[in-house]
Amino acid sequence: MAISGTVQKTETVPIVSSSDVVLVRQRVRIWTTEMKFSLVEQTKIVTAASELGRNTLEHGGGGSLELALVVNGARQGLRLRFSDKGPGIVDIALAMKDGYTTGSGLGLGLGGSKRLMNEFEIDTKPGDGTTITTIRWK
Amino acid sequence: MSKFLEAIQENRKSILQDWVQRLKSVDRRRDLLDDRELDTDAKNVLSAIADVPAGTLPEDLNAAGWQPLKELLTNLSVSRAAKGFTPSETAIFVLSLKPSLFTVARQQWGKDAGELFLEISAINDYVDKLALHTTDSYIHGRDQVIARQQEEMLELSTPVVTLWDGIVALPLIGTLDSARTQVVMESLLQAIVQTNSRFAIIDITGVPTVDTLVAQHLLKTITAARLMGAECILSGIRPQIAQTIVHLGINLEDVITKSKLADAFRLALERSGRKVVRVDKSNGANTTSPRGV
Repeated sequence: MAISGTVQKTETVPIVSSSDVVLVRQRVRIWTTEMKFSLVEQTKIVTAASELGRNTLEHGGGGSLELALVVNGARQGLRLRFSDKGPGIVDIALAMKDGYTTGSGLGLGLGGSKRLMNEFEIDTKPGDGTTITTIRWK
Repeated sequence: MSKFLEAIQENRKSILQDWVQRLKSVDRRRDLLDDRELDTDAKNVLSAIADVPAGTLPEDLNAAGWQPLKELLTNLSVSRAAKGFTPSETAIFVLSLKPSLFTVARQQWGKDAGELFLEISAINDYVDKLALHTTDSYIHGRDQVIARQQEEMLELSTPVVTLWDGIVALPLIGTLDSARTQVVMESLLQAIVQTNSRFAIIDITGVPTVDTLVAQHLLKTITAARLMGAECILSGIRPQIAQTIVHLGINLEDVITKSKLADAFRLALERSGRKVVRVDKSNGANTTSPRGV
């Protein structure tokens, strides 16, 4: 799998209420600023984190985000790993499709986040929770 | 009646003296509470303990006899929360009563170790319960402060400004969660009716993140305004937000968007048949300026 690299620093943010999604955005923004991502990249990463964080809360019934600084050769990247113990995703391809939603949203969150990040991986089993790992390289 | 309560009644003067002295010696906030207030607070609390109706058990703080004491402590911690005391500073006020009561217990039952132990643990238990009650009320007081501030912020965050006859603007700042969006939408629609406006400009310069939820909220607001006959212009779209929206795949094609509020305002003026013209400096007044501008 393409998602690899040495982890240098991590931080975990719990996601249990909608105010935690705000906290997720703030922490990700601070990390991206510290890692000196450009303003456009910062905005993209924060937006993706906001989407995935809200998914963790609304579809996964809460979980956590692990931020990590990964180094792969000369490349540095920010890895976000959202995990929950929710019902899982039955059909990943369908879930990734733009406009498909099981809630009341626009149905763009999952596919949109994938486009905002460089690497994107979903690990899910129906009834056994979902873990989404995504990286944006510098 | 419990033995230590009787002892408190008999020795209330010396207990009060000892307690107040201890309160003044511990590190406390002289800037927030002066000595006289502290004296009164301590005296009232001790009186409420000593004057409890006979037969009230110290183990059961929910008994009717303890109601006055609990109300007193509640008021005390709520007022201290408002003054800026920390929870531990508030709890220490009650907890520092313990050593004073222990002193009395030693005088009374010092010769009988078994008896002394029983009474000391009863006192310990009792004062802890009072301190917990104080902390609970303190937190409750803080919650009320937070709830009030939230309401104030909701009102603060939704000013609808009239830019011109028939043109209103809504500058949005900060996080757009569901509760706020509801208020924003309501106040905008209300303003459209009140000012009889045909154009509404929503400015998102102050919104740091536009994700699908925020976009959905904006689209709903715009659709609602349209249903009322007002045309909406979305302004304040910064370069990074524009790129993010494209990648997310949000469709804003049906919405008129501008990068700057000034451009949106100009467009609204044009569409309502007006034009901004520079006045010639030499003659002061420009007769060619259309009416209404």
